[in-house]
Amino acid sequence: MTIDKNKVAERTKLLESAAAERILVLDGAMGTSIQLLELEESDYRGERFADYGKEIKGNNDLLTLTSPDLIRKIHQDYLEAGADIIETNTFNSTEVSQAEYGLSELAVELNREGARLAREAADTVETPERPRFVAGVLGPTSRTASLSPDVNDPGFRNTSFEALREDYGKAARALLEGGADLLLVETVFDTLNARAALFAIEEVFEELDCRWPVMISGTITDLSGRTLSGQTAEAFWISISHVRPFSVGLNCALGPKELRTYVAELSRVAETRVSAHPNAGLPNAFGGYDETPESMAEHIGPWARDGLLNIVGGCCGTTPEHIAAIAKSVEGVKPRAIPELPPALALSGLEPFRMAS
Amino acid sequence: MSEQMTEETQTKSQATFINIGERTNVTGSAKFKKLILEDRYDEALDVARDQVENGAQMIDVNMDEAMLDSEAAMRRFLNLIASEPDIARVPIVIDSSKWSVIEAGLQCVQGKPLVNSISLKEGEEQFLEQARKLHRYGAAVVVMAFDENGQAETAEQKLEICRRAYKLLTETVGMPPQDIVFDANIFAVATGIEEHNDYARAFIEGVRMIKEQLPHARTSGGLSNVSFSFRGNEPVRQAMHSVFLYHAIPAGLDMAIVNAGQLPVYDDIPEKLRERVEDVILNRREDATDRLLEVAEEYKSGGTAKREVDLSWREAEVEKRLEHALVHGILDWIEEDTEEARQRADKPLEVIEGPLMDGMNVVGDLFGAGKMFLPQVVKSARVMKKAVAYLLPYIEEEKEASGDTGAKGKILMATVKGDVHDIGKNIVGVVLQCNNFDVVDLGVMVPSGKILETAKAEKVDIIGLSGLITPSLDEMRYVAAEMQREGFQVPLLIGGATTSKVHTAVKIAPNYEQPTIHVTDASRAVGVAGKLVSKLYRDDYVQEVAEDYAKMRDNFEKKGERKARAPFEEARKNVVAIDWDGYEPPRPAQGLEPLQLDKLPVDELIERIDWTPFFQTWELHGRYPKILDDEKVGETARSLHKDALEMLDRLVEKDLVRPRARCAFWPAAAEGDDIRLFADEERKETRATLHMLRQQMSRDGDRANHSLADYVAPADSGKPDWMGAFCVTAGGEVERYAQERKAAGDDYEAILVQALSDRIAEAAAEWLHEQVRRKVWGYAAEESLSNDELIAEKYRGIRPAPGYPACPDHTEKATLFELLDCEEALGVRLTESFAMTPASSVSGWYFGHPDARYFGVGRIGKDQVEDYAERKGWSLEEAERWLAPNLDYDPGITARQAAE
Repeated sequence: MTIDKNKVAERTKLLESAAAERILVLDGAMGTSIQLLELEESDYRGERFADYGKEIKGNNDLLTLTSPDLIRKIHQDYLEAGADIIETNTFNSTEVSQAEYGLSELAVELNREGARLAREAADTVETPERPRFVAGVLGPTSRTASLSPDVNDPGFRNTSFEALREDYGKAARALLEGGADLLLVETVFDTLNARAALFAIEEVFEELDCRWPVMISGTITDLSGRTLSGQTAEAFWISISHVRPFSVGLNCALGPKELRTYVAELSRVAETRVSAHPNAGLPNAFGGYDETPESMAEHIGPWARDGLLNIVGGCCGTTPEHIAAIAKSVEGVKPRAIPELPPALALSGLEPFRMAS
Repeated sequence: MSEQMTEETQTKSQATFINIGERTNVTGSAKFKKLILEDRYDEALDVARDQVENGAQMIDVNMDEAMLDSEAAMRRFLNLIASEPDIARVPIVIDSSKWSVIEAGLQCVQGKPLVNSISLKEGEEQFLEQARKLHRYGAAVVVMAFDENGQAETAEQKLEICRRAYKLLTETVGMPPQDIVFDANIFAVATGIEEHNDYARAFIEGVRMIKEQLPHARTSGGLSNVSFSFRGNEPVRQAMHSVFLYHAIPAGLDMAIVNAGQLPVYDDIPEKLRERVEDVILNRREDATDRLLEVAEEYKSGGTAKREVDLSWREAEVEKRLEHALVHGILDWIEEDTEEARQRADKPLEVIEGPLMDGMNVVGDLFGAGKMFLPQVVKSARVMKKAVAYLLPYIEEEKEASGDTGAKGKILMATVKGDVHDIGKNIVGVVLQCNNFDVVDLGVMVPSGKILETAKAEKVDIIGLSGLITPSLDEMRYVAAEMQREGFQVPLLIGGATTSKVHTAVKIAPNYEQPTIHVTDASRAVGVAGKLVSKLYRDDYVQEVAEDYAKMRDNFEKKGERKARAPFEEARKNVVAIDWDGYEPPRPAQGLEPLQLDKLPVDELIERIDWTPFFQTWELHGRYPKILDDEKVGETARSLHKDALEMLDRLVEKDLVRPRARCAFWPAAAEGDDIRLFADEERKETRATLHMLRQQMSRDGDRANHSLADYVAPADSGKPDWMGAFCVTAGGEVERYAQERKAAGDDYEAILVQALSDRIAEAAAEWLHEQVRRKVWGYAAEESLSNDELIAEKYRGIRPAPGYPACPDHTEKATLFELLDCEEALGVRLTESFAMTPASSVSGWYFGHPDARYFGVGRIGKDQVEDYAERKGWSLEEAERWLAPNLDYDPGITARQAAE
C-alpha cells in the first residue's frame, strides 16, 4: 500500500491549526456504547465466525469485522455529538490481546479495518470548515513489561520489549494503512509498554518514510497519583517526551474530580499539548459510573477555563450525551498555551529528575 | 576573581552537583562484583537500596565482567530493581562499554535513563547508528571524548571531539542538547611521566570550554582515575579527589562517578597536603609531583588530620549560642547561656518564646529536611528541658506561669489498658515537644475512662493512642467507640508496632466520626499533628485521609471475598509430615526440675546484643555494624552507639541490670492441634494443655499447613516426646531507672535505658536458648555458632512466643506463666491484655525437633475459630475477640461492643 505523503502532511497541518484555534474534542467510550447494545454471542460471531470453536462474546474489536454497521453508528453518534477526533475500535487489536480468543492472526486486519471504518464515518460528516480526524488506537495489551505477574519472582516477565515492539509495529502500520490521521497510544499502565510502542511507531515511520502525529495518554490508576507501574505524571512525561508527541494526557481509571490534580501536573511540565479523557466518575458498587453528562461538563468546563487543556473527551462510562455536554462546556474557551521551559537534562525513574542548565 | 567569589561559586554549584555512586558497578565495587558472581541478587539489591536511601540521585549499574553473561545480568538486575519502588524511584545509569549490554538494559527500564557511554572511537557511522537508537529508546547519553585517533588529552582536543559529537547528535540525529553529557576523560596525574602532568588541569579547562561553547550540554567524569598513581594511600587519593572537584565544579563539572562518603571537606585537608595536591592538580610547578611524594607518606595511615573540638561557637551572641547548643545537643553551657539570655530579656518567659523556641524551630526544620536524626533530636529536647527547668523558678516568681507558652496544640498520649510498651510513644512525645506541642503523657496501661476524663479536663486538641501487642488493637477500637459515645470532637491518632493503616481504616476509624489517623513513626507524627491543628490545612488533610481510608476499606472487603481459605478439616489433614518412626526425641538432660537462674552473666549478654533493632528503635535503619559507616546516618549512629555503651557501663556499675531467667520441661504429646503436657514421666497426670492454631491458607503444592502441635510426637506414635517453656526478664530495676531518668527530664537517657533493657532481654533469651540446646535439654552439645549465626537463627529448635505469628493467641501466655510460676519466681506479671511487665521480658515455648521452624498462622476461618473456642472452653465471641487480628472474616459486632 502506498502512502500519499502530501495528503498526510496536509491532514497534519489541518489538525495542528484546529488545535491552535480551539480545544479539540475527543470521542467517548466505545466499550460503554457497545455494552448498551446488549449484544449476544451471535452478534459477535456474524457469518464469518459462526462456527468458531471458542466463545468470542466480549471481543469488542471483532465487531469491526462482524457487525461493522454497529461500530460505524457509534462513530457517527460521537461525531454528531461534536467529536473532532474519533478513536478506532482497536483497543485490543494486538496479537497478544487477541490471543485470548485464539484470534492473533486477525490483528493486522482488525487494525486496518478499524481505521477504515472510522475513516468512512468521519468522511461522511467532515466539512472543509470542520475537519474530523481518526485516531488509530494502540491499547496497553494484557501484559506488562516492567511488572512481574508472579509475586514470588519479581524478576520474572511474561512479555518483553522485543515482543511488544513487534506486536505494536504491525498494529501501528495497519492503522496507518487503513487511513488513520494520527496514532493514539492510550491507557498506558506500564510506561515500558508505551516505550516499546513508541519505538515501534518510529520504526514504522522510518519504513513508510513519513510521519504522523502521535498522541499518548497514560493512566493514573488510583489516588496515589501514580501509574500502575509506579510513575508520577511528570516522570511519565519525561519517559515518553523523546518522540515529541502531538499531545500527552491522561485517561481512564479516575473520574474528572479525581483526575484534575494530575492533569494540572502534566499541564505544568509538558512542552506539548495536553489531553484528558476521564471516566464518568469512579465505578460505583454495581460497576457503573455516576457522572451525568451535566455533572461531567461542570467539572471539565473549569479545567478548560483554567488553561489546563488542549484536547478533551471521555473514557469508560461516557456516552455521546456526555461528549455533547463536554463539547459545549469547552466551546469558545482558549486552548492551553504550550509552555516553554528552560532546557534541562531530564531523566526519570518512578520520579522525575531535572538538572537545569 | 576574589577568594570570596570562588567560595560562593563553589557552594552554589555544589548544591546541584551530582555524585554518581559506583557501588552497583562490578568494575567499581569488589563487593558488588562478588554478590553478582555468586548470584546473591537480593543482597545486590540491598546495595542499590542503601545508595538511594543515602541520597543517590541516580543508580549506576555496570555488569562488565568477563565471568558474567553481562546482558543477562543487566536484564535481571534491572528487572529486579523495577519491582522495588524505593530503588526504582531514581533514574538508572546504564553503564557498559558493550553496546549489546546497553541495549539489553534499555529494554528493561520504563523511565528515561542515562546511558554511559558511546564515542566516536569506531568512527561516525557506528556512532550515529548507536545514537539514533538511543534517541529512539528515549535515553540521555554520556559521550566520551574519544575519536578514531584516540582519547583527547589537551583541553583543545577535548573540546574539538565533543564539538564534533555535539553537532552530529543535535543536527544529524535530532537529539536535544540537554540530553548530552560529555565525559572529557580524567587521566592519572603525578605518574612521573612529564606529559601526564597537565592532565587534570586540561580536564578542568576542557570542561570550562565545553560548557561555554556547547550550550545546554552537561559534563561528567570518572574521578578515581586522577589519583591512580597513589594507590594504597587513601588519604592522599581522597585529598586529590576533593581538591580536583573543588576546582572542576566551578569550571562547570555537573556530575562525577565518585565515592562521596570518602571525600574530605576541602577546608579540612591539612594545609601542607592541600597545597601540594593543588600544585599537582593545577600543574602549578615542575617539581609538584616530587613535592607531593615527599609528604605523601606522612598522611598514609593517619588520614586527614584529626579535628580538634571546635569551640569557636562560644564566641557568638547568646541567641546563636543557644541555637548551637540545641542543634548539637550540648548541655555543658546551657544554664549559663540561659541565665545570660534571661538577664537580657524583660521577662523570663521571653527566653523560652524567643531564642529557645527559635532554636527548636531550627531543629524541627533540620529534622523535617532529613538533616538531623532522631537521637540528635531527642538530645536537643534534653537541652531544651534543662533550659526550661532553669527558667521555671523565675517564671513562677513573676507569677507568669499562666501555662500559655504559645504552644501549637495540646496532645494527650497514652499506651492503652493492658499494654506496657511505651518506647515508641515516648519518642513521639519528645519529637512533638520539640515541635512546640504541649504533650500530656499518661504513661502505660491507661484505661479508657482516664483517657477521656483527662482529655476533657486538659482540653486537649488531639488524642494519641499507642500499643504494641495485638489485644491493644481491640482496646483502641473500644476507646474510639467510647469517644464517639461521649461526643468527642478531637482527632484520634493511632500508633505502635502492631497497628497499621489498614487496621486503623477498617477496624478503628468506623467507630469514631472524627478524624482517626494511623501514624507510622515519630517523623510522621509532627506533620500529621501539625496539619490537624492548622486552620489552613486541616480540612483538606482530613478529607484526604478519609477518602484514602474509605478506599482501603473497599479494597479490604474486596480482598476478603477473593482470598479463599482451605476448610479447616482439609488443613488439618495437611500437617507437617514428620517421620516419627525415624526420630528419637531427646529427653531433657536436666530432668523435669525447673531451672532458675537469678544471675545471668551480664557481660556475655552484652556481647550478644543484636544492635540492628536497637538502631531501628531510633528510626535509624540499616544493619549493624555497617550502619556505623553509613554515609548519611553513620555519624549519628556512632554517637548513639557510644552513648549506649557508656550507659551499659553505668547500668552495670550501678548494678541495675539484673537479668534473670527460668525454664522447665515436661513430657508432651500432641493431640490434634493441642499439646498435652504431663506432670510425670509415666505420663499419667496431665499438667496442662496447650492450644495451638493451624495455618489455613489453600495449599495445593507440597507445603504443609503448619501448627506448632505438629512438632511434638503424638501419643499414638509410640515415641515419648518433651517440650519446654521459658521466661527471661531484664529485671524491674532497670525499668525503674528509666522512669527516674524520665522524671528527671532526661528523655534521651530514659529512652536509651528502655531500648537497652529490651535488647538485654532479647540477648538473655538467645543466651538461655543456647544453654538449653547445649546443656539443659542437651540435644546439641556440639553446637558452636558465632553471634551473627545465632542472630540468624542457624540452630536446631525454635522458641516461639505466645502472641506472635506462630501462636498468636496471647491468652496462652497465662498457661505458660502458671507452668513456670513466673510471678513468684521472677517478678514478671501479666496484665489483663497479657502483656508482660516489666516490659523488657521475653517468654516462649521450646520445641526441639529439627524440622521445627518459625511460621505465621495468618488468617483463619470461622470453622477453626469454632473448633478453637470449644477446645479453650470459650464462647465463639470470646474466641473472635482474642483472635481478632487473625480472623479471615468480619465477625460483625465484637463481643465487647455487644455487651456494652
